Amino acid sequence: MPNAVLEVRDLTTKYVTRFREDVYAVDHVSLKIEEGQSLGIAGESGCGKSTLALSLMGYYFPPLHYTNGEIVIDGRNISGMKPDDIRKTILGTEIAYIPQAAMNALNPTRKIINFIEDVILAHDPTENQKFIYDLARASFEVLGLPAEVLHKYPVELSGGMKQRTVIAVSVILRPKILIADEPSSALDVTSQKMVIKMLKGLMETGFIKSMIFITHELPLLYNVTDDIMVMYAGQIVEKATAKEAVFDPLHPYSKGLMGSIIVPESGLRNVKLAAIPGVPPNLKKPPEGCRFAERCKYVRSECKVTAVPLYDAGHGRTYRCILSEKVLREAYQHGR
Amino acid sequence: MGAEKNSCLSGKGLTKVFGFGRTRTLAVDHVDFDFREREVVSIVGESGSGKTTLAKMLLGLINPTEGEIYFQGRKRDISSQRKKQEYWKNIQAIFQDPFSSYNIFNKIDTVLLDCIRMRGGGKLPQAKKAELMTEACSFVNLKFAELTNKYPFELSGGQMQRLMIARIFLLKPKILLADEPTSMIDACSRATILDYLMKLRDETGMTLIFITHDIGLAYYVSDTVYIMEHGKFVESGSADRVILHPKEPYTRRLISDVPKIYEEWDLSTV
Repeated sequence: MPNAVLEVRDLTTKYVTRFREDVYAVDHVSLKIEEGQSLGIAGESGCGKSTLALSLMGYYFPPLHYTNGEIVIDGRNISGMKPDDIRKTILGTEIAYIPQAAMNALNPTRKIINFIEDVILAHDPTENQKFIYDLARASFEVLGLPAEVLHKYPVELSGGMKQRTVIAVSVILRPKILIADEPSSALDVTSQKMVIKMLKGLMETGFIKSMIFITHELPLLYNVTDDIMVMYAGQIVEKATAKEAVFDPLHPYSKGLMGSIIVPESGLRNVKLAAIPGVPPNLKKPPEGCRFAERCKYVRSECKVTAVPLYDAGHGRTYRCILSEKVLREAYQHGR
Repeated sequence: MGAEKNSCLSGKGLTKVFGFGRTRTLAVDHVDFDFREREVVSIVGESGSGKTTLAKMLLGLINPTEGEIYFQGRKRDISSQRKKQEYWKNIQAIFQDPFSSYNIFNKIDTVLLDCIRMRGGGKLPQAKKAELMTEACSFVNLKFAELTNKYPFELSGGQMQRLMIARIFLLKPKILLADEPTSMIDACSRATILDYLMKLRDETGMTLIFITHDIGLAYYVSDTVYIMEHGKFVESGSADRVILHPKEPYTRRLISDVPKIYEEWDLSTV
């Protein structure tokens, strides 16, 4: 049985606003990633995808606060650790994180090799220059990046190359998990494909054991990850394999998301796009019942009364809706 | 397709050169096109292919180095400010970033009133103006009563983009140029925005020009697709022909780089 690289139980984190209001951006999220697996997180802007990524690292700084829950990486519980310890012993070696605007994070006055030096020295200040240089060269070679990039300044690199360099720097210490938050959304299709190819290659070459990939572009998730988790208003609303999530979604929200996919393939030109009306709820005062009830086409009166738990549909598939699988599938058939 | 329809906007040998000497860059290189009335056109290309430069020339924001633009069969004349303003009544644009598309000092009422004034409705009674504005807002599912006395930055990105469409609804231009209208918003709002744009096209009969790098979007909305590479149109034709049966190697590569869901996405070709 493959062991879980990352296990999260009931993780809840909140933002505290200036007026002391609590916004629970990640609300009782549980997930488990096994070795060699990749997980995709989808959802519209503001649903808590990026906050979940930040929370998974255990590295909290205001206004983000940890409330409860456990994060276990390879059998080691990291929840409740001090930020400084997290930075020294977890980030980079256990979890690496590529933020959304990663390629703008490079300091224009320093060469790429200096960033790698910084990363390695932060974890072990006694390493010598030669070791760092050899490691960097070897890693870049495996990842298919030219070695001369090491001696270049960020401005000399193209957007796609910068993004790939950032990825290479972040995995240089061979972390167990890589969290990639929209790593390709600022790039054009060709550079995007190169970045994706590199990310997929990371698992094959053993740089990382598993990956979390965050984006709102579903065709991309479908091609990259094994499982897809759909988030809505801070909660997981559905988790399934990539194929099931795209072609046979259960939750009405996932259904709506999948209906908004546009791909250049024959037969899709005449399909009407399914737009989801309305806006997500205000998380300062989340609704009592189902958070999606306001926008749901299949809403029932009981939806708005009590909170909906995650139901297990078997085969590792879960969804958050009071309607049964059968009722939902029938409703979708009539809808189309 | 659409051969019987009148030409709305066409260009011959349109060229733009930036810089000179060693820094000379050919941004748009002798392109010819003919956009017809009621047609939905997409201009697709990667970053740096000259899409936006072409768009700016069509809008009359920059002058072409060479070549001519014909509007409704006649040579476009924007030599004076007054003629330019006359031209802008016929062509309007929606840009990528809704946050920087508005004058931050103007309230939403002012934004919409300006549009009514541009259509020559400046002397209409107050009640009639309010009615027009309410109609425009309800077209894009916004409530005008909630928007009065608000500034554009108080809205969300999707709402701002919708307000932009409400403006177009009031202005009723002959041509709408949409430069990456959906690249800053997420997939769900994208469907809504596209819906409104298509509805607007059906109602007013305007020509819609999409400038985009999203091939899926181009395929979904347009009648005609132009593929642009290094300032040139390498391929053009009906959406089905260009996207599903591309002839040029560049187009083929571009399409193979887009993630698909029904076909295998081949990662080995980069």
